[in-house]
Amino acid sequence: MLVSILRQGNFLIASIHTALDDAELLRFQQDVVAQIGKHRSRGVIIDVAALDVMDSFGSRALRDLAHASRLRGAETVIVGIQPDVAFAIVQLGMNLDVHTALDLEEGLIFLERLTTGDRRGRSTLDVLAT
Amino acid sequence: MTNGISDTTGASEHAEAHEEAKLLPELVAHLHKHRTELREEWSNRITESHLLSSMTPQEITSETISVYDNYVEVLETGSVEALQRYARDLSERIIPRGVETHEVVSIVLLLRDVLARSLFEKYQDDFGLLGRVLDAYEPAANRIANTVAVSFVDERERVIRQQQEAIRELSTPVLQVRERLLILPIIGVLDNQRASQLTEQLLHGIRTHRAKVVVIDITGVADVDEPVANHLVKTVDASRLMGAIVIITGLSSEIAQTLVTVGVDLSKMYTIGDLQGGIEEAEKLLGFKVSRSVDS
Repeated sequence: MLVSILRQGNFLIASIHTALDDAELLRFQQDVVAQIGKHRSRGVIIDVAALDVMDSFGSRALRDLAHASRLRGAETVIVGIQPDVAFAIVQLGMNLDVHTALDLEEGLIFLERLTTGDRRGRSTLDVLAT
Repeated sequence: MTNGISDTTGASEHAEAHEEAKLLPELVAHLHKHRTELREEWSNRITESHLLSSMTPQEITSETISVYDNYVEVLETGSVEALQRYARDLSERIIPRGVETHEVVSIVLLLRDVLARSLFEKYQDDFGLLGRVLDAYEPAANRIANTVAVSFVDERERVIRQQQEAIRELSTPVLQVRERLLILPIIGVLDNQRASQLTEQLLHGIRTHRAKVVVIDITGVADVDEPVANHLVKTVDASRLMGAIVIITGLSSEIAQTLVTVGVDLSKMYTIGDLQGGIEEAEKLLGFKVSRSVDS
C-alpha cells in the first residue's frame, strides 16, 4: 500500500505523501473503500498537504472516492489543500464536490460535527453554521 | 565635432579641419567669458515664458547656474555622462515640485537659443565662419537637449513605477479581526492583475491565519467586469477548498446588476449587504457572541 491508512476511532485517516500516478490513485481509492467496510468507519480524512500539484484525474479520483465512501456509509473530508493547488483546481473548472477543511485537526473537528446528529449530506457551510 | 567639414572643397579641406578643431574651444571660451550675462539673459527668458512657476527666483538662479556650467562642460568635453547624472539628480529634486516635462524641455531649448543668438552676434560679420561654428555647436546642443529630456522622462517613469509598486503592495491587505476571521477590504479599481493578486494573498492568508471565515468587502469598488466577477467566484471556490467560507459584503447595486446580467453563477456566493452585517454573520458562524458591557 502506497498510502498509509490509519484508523482513529470511527474515522480513517489517509495521508498522501508523494504524487501518485493514475494506477496508484485507483488502487488507493479501492483500499479506502474496502477499509471503510472492514473498520465500520463513519468518516474518512484524506490529507493532501504534501501535494504541490493535482491534475484533473487526481481531483476526479478524490471526488469519486468521496462519493463511493458515502455509499458505504462514511463521509469524506479532504484536508490540507495548498493555496496554489486550490486555485488550480478551480481554474481548471474541476468541480471538487466534496467537504474540505484546512488541516487534519480541522478535518477531525468537522467530521465530529458532521457525524453526530443528522447532518449527513449537508453542505460544508450548513455543518459549520449549526 | 569635426563632421561639419564633409561638404567643403578638397583644396581648403586641410586648413579648415585645422580651424574646425580650434572652433569648439573658441566657442567654449566665448561662453565662459560671457557666462554671467548669457545666464541672466536665459533666466529672464525663463521668467518671461512663465516657466518653473513652482520654484522660487533663488532656486531658479542656482539651478540655472549649474545647468549652464554643465552645458558648457558638455560642449567642451563632448561627454554626456556627467550631464546625465546631473539631469537625473535635478529631475529627482524637481519632479516632486510638480515641474512638467514640457517645462524642462522648453528651458533647455531656451538656453540653446540664447547661446546660438550670442554666437550669431559674435560671428555676424563672417557668414562662412558662423556656418562652421553652428556646425560644431548644433549637434552638441541637440544632444544635450535630448539627454536632459530623456533623463527627465526616465526619472519620471521610475517614480511612477515605484508608486505603482507601492500601491500594489498596499492595495490588498488581509487583516485578522477575530481569531480565525479575516477581512479583506477592497478599495478602488479591481482589474485582472489586482484580482489575481488578491486571490494569492487571500489563499496564503487563510493558511497562515488558519482562517475559517473570510469577509471580502467591496464597498469601495465602483464596478467589476465579467472576467473579474468570474475570478471572484473562483476565489470563493478555492477558499472553500481550503476550508474557509467567504462572505462578500458591500456589493453595490451596479455590481449586483452586472453579475446578474453576465450570468455569473451566484449560487455559491454568500453575500451580505454591508461589512457590519458580514462581520456579525461571520461571528455567528464562528460561535462568537458580542455583547455590550453593562456600564457603557
